Amino acid sequence: MSKRIDVDDLNVYYSDFLAVEGVSMNIEPKAITALIGPSGCGKSTFLRTLNRMHEVIPGARVTGKATLDGEDLYGPQVDPVAVRRHIGMVFQRPNPFPTMSIADNVLAGVRLNSKRLSKSQAEETVETSLRGANLWNEVKDRLDRPGSSLSGGQQQRLCIARAIAVKPDVLLMDEPCSALDPISTLAIEDLMHELKSDYTIVIVTHNMQQAARVSDRTAFFNIAGTGKPGKLIEMDDTTVMFSSPREKATEDYISGRFG
Amino acid sequence: MNLLAARWFEFVATGAGIIILVILAAVAAFLIWEATPALTADISELQKISWFNADSFLAFVAPLIFGTLLASLLALLVAVPLAVSIALFISHYAPRKFAGPLGYVIDLLAAIPSVVYGLWGALWLAPVIDPVFRWLTSFLGFIPLFADYQPPAKNIMTASLVLAVMILPIITAVSREVFLQTPRLHEEAALALGATRWELVRMAVFPFGRSGVISAAMLGLGRALGETMAVLMILSPGTLFSFFLLKPGQHQTIAANIASKFPEASGVSVSVLIATGLALFVITLLVNMAARWIVSRRSDFSGAN
Ligand SMILES: Nc1ncnc2c1ncn2[C@@H]1O[C@H](COP(=O)(O)OP(=O)(O)O)[C@@H](O)[C@H]1O
Ligand SMILES: [Mg+2]
Repeated sequence: MSKRIDVDDLNVYYSDFLAVEGVSMNIEPKAITALIGPSGCGKSTFLRTLNRMHEVIPGARVTGKATLDGEDLYGPQVDPVAVRRHIGMVFQRPNPFPTMSIADNVLAGVRLNSKRLSKSQAEETVETSLRGANLWNEVKDRLDRPGSSLSGGQQQRLCIARAIAVKPDVLLMDEPCSALDPISTLAIEDLMHELKSDYTIVIVTHNMQQAARVSDRTAFFNIAGTGKPGKLIEMDDTTVMFSSPREKATEDYISGRFG
Repeated sequence: MNLLAARWFEFVATGAGIIILVILAAVAAFLIWEATPALTADISELQKISWFNADSFLAFVAPLIFGTLLASLLALLVAVPLAVSIALFISHYAPRKFAGPLGYVIDLLAAIPSVVYGLWGALWLAPVIDPVFRWLTSFLGFIPLFADYQPPAKNIMTASLVLAVMILPIITAVSREVFLQTPRLHEEAALALGATRWELVRMAVFPFGRSGVISAAMLGLGRALGETMAVLMILSPGTLFSFFLLKPGQHQTIAANIASKFPEASGVSVSVLIATGLALFVITLLVNMAARWIVSRRSDFSGAN
């Protein structure tokens, strides 16, 4: 559990369009790394390359290098399906499987990995994962109800439970709170604090306060203009980034004097 | 202005709905009215009809209902797995430049008139399938289903295979549309968990498309139940409750029976045929209601929310 990711000179293309250019960064284990920046600067694009989810978009490709604890993520021998089983992802909009019960949603990924799961193993996984996602007490009496019967915030925590049920090395979150109300947002931020002791977490957020509250390291992305590629401007400890950034652009963005 | 347009639309839509109900009721009333003489006639009256060989109307129509259901269900059994596979191939496996033309060709199958299917089944498929049936009957003949094949292949299996081809396009087209509408959100959820293509299909596509595929199958079943020409031209008729799928002279369907007897019918024999038509009408209604029930049963868990 909890591995580091090192990215070296990564470019991401959508067909001929260079969306993200020349990103190099180190993502530390057992820490939360926040990716911030104006919308359209390639945060989601970059995040998706870390578990090769970009490959499901026709025409999307990368050049450069990314490693998980030293192992090449893009190597010709590496199966993207295997990468995604080690690097979980939580999306902007909660997406539990609507036809599955709450319990089956939690087990969806586990069942892919190990086909046979005894009843007691299944129950244990469901409980620990839901506890891990701070959802157990709210749903323990209705595990056989559909996942879509939950509120948005609960659905998002269900998705987190589903992601951590497979015990991934890394958890990627793309604006996991942007569709949620403030209370649910707080619940998820608390949860991230707890998950940090076990997982490497990368979170994209457009909310600066959130980045400041939850993350240990912050990376600021920016674009020079529409049609230009997004770039990593600077990355540092979150406290440093928010108190004394090296770059003027970072300071402008963080203080709201953007553009 | 907008309000007026909305009113108008409401009026037109409601009107259309009412017209459909009225037509349905009119058809039902016509069938019941015209069937009544046969249903109330004395049995000796009915037995004067040359082809009426039963002790009651019910005993006459029952084997026809059996034949109709058997032919349609066999067709469905063949067509649904095939149609779902093709639809899935088009929606999630085939490269784009290949998927379009393939879907188009399948759609074209729907444009072929059923009498042409009948010719095709009787003149081409029957001889071609003959060795297969021979093989089945000699090696699996101990199973009653496959026993006693006699060439030419004018049996219910051949008729059902032709029906299957006929209902393939509608089932494929509807299933394909449903599969294509699988929310990207759910597909990505499956992929991000490390699902392979097939696992993605099982986790996201099939559950989402399930009720749509059932509806598609019911549309196909509806067509198969009422299909006349193809069955009439292929099937050597009989009126038994028989599960010998390869034996000729065992089965007949309601629609094909009506078509074959109607030209020479008059008086009460017309009424008997219309009464069998009423039975077909009721069966089709029941099938549709059953389908709705199946679709609604787990609507809690459906993808639509
Ligand atoms: N599927 C796609 N196909 C083509 N271009 C895309 C796609 N997704 C994103 N882009 C482009 O890539 C750039 C970065 O987008 P994105 O990563 O979504 O930014 P962010 O998440 O920072 O708002 C944008 O210019 C966007 O238009
Ligand atoms: Mg984004």
